[in-house]
Amino acid sequence: MASLTENQPTTLSNDEILRYSRHLIMPEVGMDGQLKLKQAKVLCIGAGGLGSPLALYLAAAGVGNLGIVDFDVVDYTNLQRQVIHGTSDVGRKKLDSAADALSEINPNVEVRKFDTRLSSANALELFREFDIIVDGTDNFPTRYLVNDACVLTGKPNVYGSIFRFEGQASVFATKDGPCYRCLYPEPPPPGLVPSCAEGGVLGILPGLVGLIQATETIKLILGAGEPLIGRLLLVDALAMRFRELKLRKNLDCPVCGTHPTVTALIDYNQFCGIRGEEAPSAVARIPEIQPEELKRRLVAGEDIYILDVREPHEYQICNIGGHLIPLGDLPKRVSELDSVREIVVHCKMGGRSTKAVEFLRKSGFSRVHNLAGGILAWSDKVDPSVPKY
Amino acid sequence: MSIKILIPTPLRPYTGKQSAAEVTGQTVGEALSSLVAQHPDLRRHLFGDDGNLRSFVNVYLNDDDVRYLAKEATPVKDTDTITIVPSVAGGVSSCACPIALESNDL
Repeated sequence: MASLTENQPTTLSNDEILRYSRHLIMPEVGMDGQLKLKQAKVLCIGAGGLGSPLALYLAAAGVGNLGIVDFDVVDYTNLQRQVIHGTSDVGRKKLDSAADALSEINPNVEVRKFDTRLSSANALELFREFDIIVDGTDNFPTRYLVNDACVLTGKPNVYGSIFRFEGQASVFATKDGPCYRCLYPEPPPPGLVPSCAEGGVLGILPGLVGLIQATETIKLILGAGEPLIGRLLLVDALAMRFRELKLRKNLDCPVCGTHPTVTALIDYNQFCGIRGEEAPSAVARIPEIQPEELKRRLVAGEDIYILDVREPHEYQICNIGGHLIPLGDLPKRVSELDSVREIVVHCKMGGRSTKAVEFLRKSGFSRVHNLAGGILAWSDKVDPSVPKY
Repeated sequence: MSIKILIPTPLRPYTGKQSAAEVTGQTVGEALSSLVAQHPDLRRHLFGDDGNLRSFVNVYLNDDDVRYLAKEATPVKDTDTITIVPSVAGGVSSCACPIALESNDL
C-alpha cells in the first residue's frame, strides 16, 4: 500500500532480517513484502478487544508504523479478552499499556499514540496520515464515522465486529468495493440497553475476529491473496462455522455511491439517534433512589419491593434479594407486581431499570423508583461483599 | 416445502434460543411471515409498524442480499437458506443491540 518515498526505509537491518526470516523465506512475502510491511502505516481505532490481538500481530509481523486511537483506561473486566494489557496495567491508559507491549514485541515498530476520542473534527486529518484504517470500535456512531472518513479519504476500512460468540469481518471502502453503509444504510435505533456491556462477549472471539482483521490488513499491504472486499464473513464460534455473504457496492449509497449526499463528516450521534443533550433530562424525569437511602429505609423496616430486571445468569452472579423479572419479560409478567406497593427497580448499572420504571409508570404504577447506579452502586456504596461484574 | 432461516445470536432470545427455524412460503416475505408466526416476539424486531421490513435488518437468500434480488417478493425454493444479518457494533467491551427496542415497544 505504501509507496516508496525518500523517507521510507528501503533496507532491513541484519537484526530485522533474522527477526523476519520466516517471512523472508516465503515467496508471498520475501524481502519486497517485508519492506512493504515496514513502510506501511496502519491506524487502529481502539486498543480493546479487537485492537489488542490485531495490533500485537501487526507489530510482530513488522508493520512499521502503527497508530492507535484510544482514550480509555485499562480495567479488570478488560483482561478477559484485551490481551495487549496485563494485570499490572489496570488503571493505566490503554494507549500507554498497548504501546509498551508493542515495543516489547517489536522495537522496530514506530507506535503513534492518539489520546483522543475519534470525532468528526479529527478523523479526516488523522486518517490522511495512514494507509489503512482498522476499525475495532464498539459503537454505531464511531462505526459510521470511521466508514465515512475512510470513504472520504480513500483509505480501506478493515472492519470487525463481535457479539457474544458471533463475529463479522469485511474490508470496506476500497476503490471499487462496497462500504459499511452499502451493507447498513441506517443504524438501528438506540437500544433500551444503554451499553450492552450487559451483552457480553466470549473472550476468545475478539482474538479470532481481530486476527482476521490483522490478516486482511497484511494482505492489503502485501497486495497478496483475495481480500475480503465485497464479502461479509460471519463467524459463529459456538458452532465453529464460517459463512460468507456477498456484498455489493450500492450505487445509491449516500457516501460511496454515484451521487453521494454525504460529502463531509456529519454528527454521528445524531445520525444514530443518540440525543446527547436531551437524554439527561429524559432520565431526570425518572424518579431515583440512592443506594444509601434504600438501605436506610430497608433497615428501618419500610415495605419496599425490590424488582431486579436483569437476566437470570446475572442474578446468579450476585443479587440483593430482589424479585427477578428480566426487562424483556416485564410486559407479559407485569401482573406479578402489586401497584399499591412501593417498588424499587434495579439492574446492573441503571440503564435497563430506567426503561422498566418508565414502562411501569406508563402502566399505572405510581410508586416506582429506579435504584441509581444499579447493583454496582449498591456494591460500591452499601455492601462491598456484593461482587461487581 | 421447507426453508431454513438462520437466526443470529442477538435475536435468539425471541426464538426460544433456536439458532434456526424451518419455515414455509413461496417468497422471502412469506418465509419471514411464517417465521414471525412461529415466534411472535420476533415480529417487532423485523418489521416496523407499517408492516415493512425494518431498514436496518439485512436479509440474505443464500449468499445474496435480497435488496439486490426482488426484495421480499424474491421467490424461494426448498433447499434455500435465509440469513438475517444484524448490525453489530461491538468490538471493545460492549455492543449495541442490533435491533433495539424502542421504549414504546414495551
